[in-house]
Amino acid sequence: MELNGITKRFPGVVANHDIHLSVRKGTVHALVGENGAGKSTLMKILYGMQKPDEGTIAVDGTQVAFTSPADAIARGIGMVHQHFMLADQLTVLENIVLGSEKLYGIGAGARRKIAEISDRYGLGVRPDAYVEDLGVADRQRVEILKVLYRGATTLILDEPTAVLVPQEVDALFDNLRELKSEGLSVIFISHKLGEVLSVADDITVIRRGTTVGTAIPSETTPRQLAELMVGSELPTPETAESTVTDRPMIEVEGLKLLAEGSDLPLLDDISFTIHEGEVLGLAGVEGNGQTELIDALIGLKHADSGVIRMAGEDITDWATRRRREGGVGYIPEDRHRHGLLLESPLWENRILGHVTEQPNTRGKGGFWLDIKGAQADTRRIVEEYDVRTPGIDVTAASLSGGNQQKLIVGREMSHKPRFLIAAHPTRGVDVGAQAQIWDQIREARREGLAVLLISADLDELIGLSDTLRVIYRGRLVADADPASVTPEELGSAMTGAASGHLEHVEEDTGGAGDSGDARAGDSGDVQEEAAPEDEAR
Amino acid sequence: MKKFDKERVLLAVAGPVIALVAAMVLTSVVLVASGKSPIEPYSLMFEQATFSDIQVLIINEAGMYYLAALAVAIGFRMNLFNIGVDGQYRLAAMVTAVVGAHVSLPAGLQIPLLILVAMLTGAFWSGIAGILKTTRGVSEVVSTIMLNAIATSVIGYLTLDENFGVPVGNNQTTGVMHSSGWFPGIDMGASGEIYGFVVIAVLAGVLYWLILNRTRFGFDLRATGASQSAAAASGVNAKRMVLTAMLISGAVAGLAGMPILLGDVHTYSLSFPTGLGFTGITIALLGRNSPVGIAFAALLIAFLAKASPALDYKGYDKEIAVIMQGLIVIAVVVSYEAVRRWGLRRQQQRVGEELAAAARAAGADNGNNGNNDSVKEVAAR
Repeated sequence: MELNGITKRFPGVVANHDIHLSVRKGTVHALVGENGAGKSTLMKILYGMQKPDEGTIAVDGTQVAFTSPADAIARGIGMVHQHFMLADQLTVLENIVLGSEKLYGIGAGARRKIAEISDRYGLGVRPDAYVEDLGVADRQRVEILKVLYRGATTLILDEPTAVLVPQEVDALFDNLRELKSEGLSVIFISHKLGEVLSVADDITVIRRGTTVGTAIPSETTPRQLAELMVGSELPTPETAESTVTDRPMIEVEGLKLLAEGSDLPLLDDISFTIHEGEVLGLAGVEGNGQTELIDALIGLKHADSGVIRMAGEDITDWATRRRREGGVGYIPEDRHRHGLLLESPLWENRILGHVTEQPNTRGKGGFWLDIKGAQADTRRIVEEYDVRTPGIDVTAASLSGGNQQKLIVGREMSHKPRFLIAAHPTRGVDVGAQAQIWDQIREARREGLAVLLISADLDELIGLSDTLRVIYRGRLVADADPASVTPEELGSAMTGAASGHLEHVEEDTGGAGDSGDARAGDSGDVQEEAAPEDEAR
Repeated sequence: MKKFDKERVLLAVAGPVIALVAAMVLTSVVLVASGKSPIEPYSLMFEQATFSDIQVLIINEAGMYYLAALAVAIGFRMNLFNIGVDGQYRLAAMVTAVVGAHVSLPAGLQIPLLILVAMLTGAFWSGIAGILKTTRGVSEVVSTIMLNAIATSVIGYLTLDENFGVPVGNNQTTGVMHSSGWFPGIDMGASGEIYGFVVIAVLAGVLYWLILNRTRFGFDLRATGASQSAAAASGVNAKRMVLTAMLISGAVAGLAGMPILLGDVHTYSLSFPTGLGFTGITIALLGRNSPVGIAFAALLIAFLAKASPALDYKGYDKEIAVIMQGLIVIAVVVSYEAVRRWGLRRQQQRVGEELAAAARAAGADNGNNGNNDSVKEVAAR
């Protein structure tokens, strides 16, 4: 497969510009780049979901023009999306057959075919299991099988490791090697350099919408790759000195939250304390209760049992508004759904969540909005937090994700929160904004802010946190010291394999330690390796 | 920023203009298809609108439409579809008429009492839907439609002779209200009388704007309408908000029948206007829930309603106005959504362009080769 001079423009931005990419048969080709570099757009073009404005795509030497994913599938291109497209209530077999009933029927023929593919590539898929009973890694294998079942010879995997813990990543890579040895090509999208270097045969780096270089893994160091990818010095999320005090800000005791209409606990026996000036990092595979915990802390869901105290005061029964007035800041995990009014101007978004507070209303409990005050303060936020916008009257939707996030961070920090819930604060944010957001969290922490940090980025967690906890199936199963723990160790606790206090073992038993080092984790390890070189320069 | 403001005004006007032009063109197509002149009905109707008695009729009608549309718009601003305005205003008018016929206070007390009764009745009827939605999750669309039907039956029952009904000829009324409850009108001489309640309708429009745009409550309401999840996270109690919005919507709906009840007929009878609530939906849509837009839309629809009867005398069917009204609704929905999307995209584009231009300028100032780079940087964001 070969791509030449692909350019795709969106309103206001050039998402892809003059992209060149050539994928050899029987290889794993990694496409790396920062969040927002344009990887996903490129993949959508490859998969026929969007049409390029310029450039050509060739498959096996013949030029093609895709108008829909069906065209791409017909050409043997299959996509495994980051967010799985499976029906929970159906079995694996039904999910795979769904939409391709004509290929091998829906009965014994399909079952035979599935078993055959599963065996050939070592996917270990059970056709009669219900998808809702499967874990994330199993679901991903079903997605892969689904694509293979449709006759794909080129697989696109969009950030396949984002939802996996390190051990599952290894298993996935074994599968990919199987595929490769059978002559299939894999396009592997990621921004985690360690993974890329361990699995890819070729690497193409994409930055700011264009391909900036290619690399051969065996001749490339993570440092070189990172430089290509970022194009500048790498920021690190590390916090220097500890600012943890002994004054508890948030105390949670025995928090339990049941699923609606059942006695299935979504959160069970959650207890933790965050002191003033402390960042508590919460690690966990998504969907293990993080969202519910946030909801319980912000007051969207009320605990079935347990107590939440803020600065000694019992806030368990407080409504959301009262909690926010009381100093709970919130950087939501999904800013479009929970943090912004997309079609409202920036200054109205500045009011959101703090409508009862100055400068948005006059006086405490004021009835009238203070529109001038809110607008003036929005200008200040735009200025201080470097929100790139031509003005405060444009809608929030017209800003890029990073700038939206800066606005949210600015808004929340402007109300001097005592406790900040920061869920994936740098997700989808470019490198510059990322460093800035980290700085702001650090600064607020120095001034006595208590932070609950939830992130899928283990390096961010390890780098920013003073204390680490691991959540698994609605329970806090492990804790760790961010100064010594490795992403791998955290990962094993995230799958439930380890629990209790995660003690870092310096000299690991031979094989395991080696594999950990060889894989070089992800970008965080890169940064660690990078640091000495920085000093050397 | 002025540029964006100007563009916003343009976008606000573009939607209704496109919709009206499309509706007129389509109506003309219908006329041509039925072998009639596609132009003459319009000129006939415009001619009608130049007569001052028709103008008074239009204004009076528009006053009622305006209140009904405001009631619908309050719901719309919060993503609630109160189809029940129709039942709410009819029930409110009937109850008010009964109270007005049986209670006699001085005008200074009687009129506020009647207004209060109307608002409470409307709020009570819509509140049923509100409570069903907040406690049982019943869609307000379904419950208000059903409540419309129930309101018709309740009114029928209450206006029976053995209850509050007073037969007059072959009409069934609720008896004539005491004159202290009659709302004074504005005398226009031979052209008739403009309902004094039209002033109340205007005040309601001002209040609507003030509360929605200048108060905390209004902000919470709009935030809930724009994004329920974001509003909830910002501390809005969604259930309470649904109930409050429903109650206010119903209270305003209760006023919709007042102009004619207090200003003209002074009794609730079989010939009391029906369907105001549904017309109100059209008007709220056309007026984009803005108090000024709704006013124009109300006048337009009132014009269609009051100028079209003259068509009958010239061999045209006055139902042309109904066809046109229907087409307006369809055209409005389509054109507003198209304009909205286009506007959002356009703004994103312009913000991108402006930022890129700013970056270019900055790059040029620095006078180094970072120029190209900074443009790209912005482009990628």
